[in-house]
Amino acid sequence: MFNIYKRLSLLFSLLLLTACATPQANYNYDAFRRSNPQSILVLPPLNNSPDIRAVYSFLSTVTRPLAELGYYVFPVALVDQTFKENGLLNPGEMHQAPLDKLREIFGADATLYITVTQYGSVYQLLNSEVRVTANAKLVDNRNAQLLWEGQATASDSESGNNNSGGLAGMLVTALAKQVIGSIGDQGHAVARNASHRLLQARPNGLLYGPRSPMYENN
Amino acid sequence: MHNIKRLFLTVSAVLILAGCAGSKPLLYEWGSYENQIYAMYSDAGKVPIEQQLQDLERDYQIARSVNKPVPPGYHAHLGYLYFQLGKADQALQSFETEKALFPEAKLYMDRLIARIKQ
Repeated sequence: MFNIYKRLSLLFSLLLLTACATPQANYNYDAFRRSNPQSILVLPPLNNSPDIRAVYSFLSTVTRPLAELGYYVFPVALVDQTFKENGLLNPGEMHQAPLDKLREIFGADATLYITVTQYGSVYQLLNSEVRVTANAKLVDNRNAQLLWEGQATASDSESGNNNSGGLAGMLVTALAKQVIGSIGDQGHAVARNASHRLLQARPNGLLYGPRSPMYENN
Repeated sequence: MHNIKRLFLTVSAVLILAGCAGSKPLLYEWGSYENQIYAMYSDAGKVPIEQQLQDLERDYQIARSVNKPVPPGYHAHLGYLYFQLGKADQALQSFETEKALFPEAKLYMDRLIARIKQ
């Protein structure tokens, strides 16, 4: 009897320590807390991948995670249009816009600069996967201070890429994925996962914003 | 002694079950807002603006019926679509609503409103 308790205790302790798999948070949030942004302006991402669809595919997935964290997120399509009407036609130019100008036009507390570094199929010998990787920097619009930065990646082979079918099965999987991949929407689904992973309250991730009930726990 | 252990086990079990579950209720009713933004760029011009408006208005009714707010940017985006159709009054109304729901947007919305009224 005593032994069972002992073992169960040990098991639970281990589960507690490992189940949430939270690495130690060591990010320095001093500037973030001091700045305490309420609203975030997300610029159309820079795109270092060969797929031009990456920019707006990724941009269309950022509002939800940020808003659910408790921030006001400026309407991304309208913001894009405002930039274009002001003569800044692509993300490269938009990312160069001076902060005081952004504050003057949008009145945002902070700006999120995203770069998509990977968007599309990665071919391996017996498999191909669709992978999206992006990094982001949150900057205080008043003093240009860096509040937070992070990176995330997502792949369509994360959830149970079945090796069960043996070699032939794997080849079929790879082939099917390439066919699906060429249609194009697979990248968007993976982009959404990457974006939600990037912009969430995780260890070293973003803090909650004022509109979240979790805000007090920051 | 046994009681303490039992308590510890129970607490641990609850923590494991509850702590990691992590599916908090959403703050907003999202509807098709983000998908529409994606479609607007990936299939530019394919979905008529009237259709986009209709879908967004339907989302709004759904949000109201479940008593949840629509997300930040929703009404501003609606205003943007109305503006493209030349429906200035409805565009103004939408920008005003965005501002009322989210004072964070005041400066930007005022700028858009002023431009329409020019």
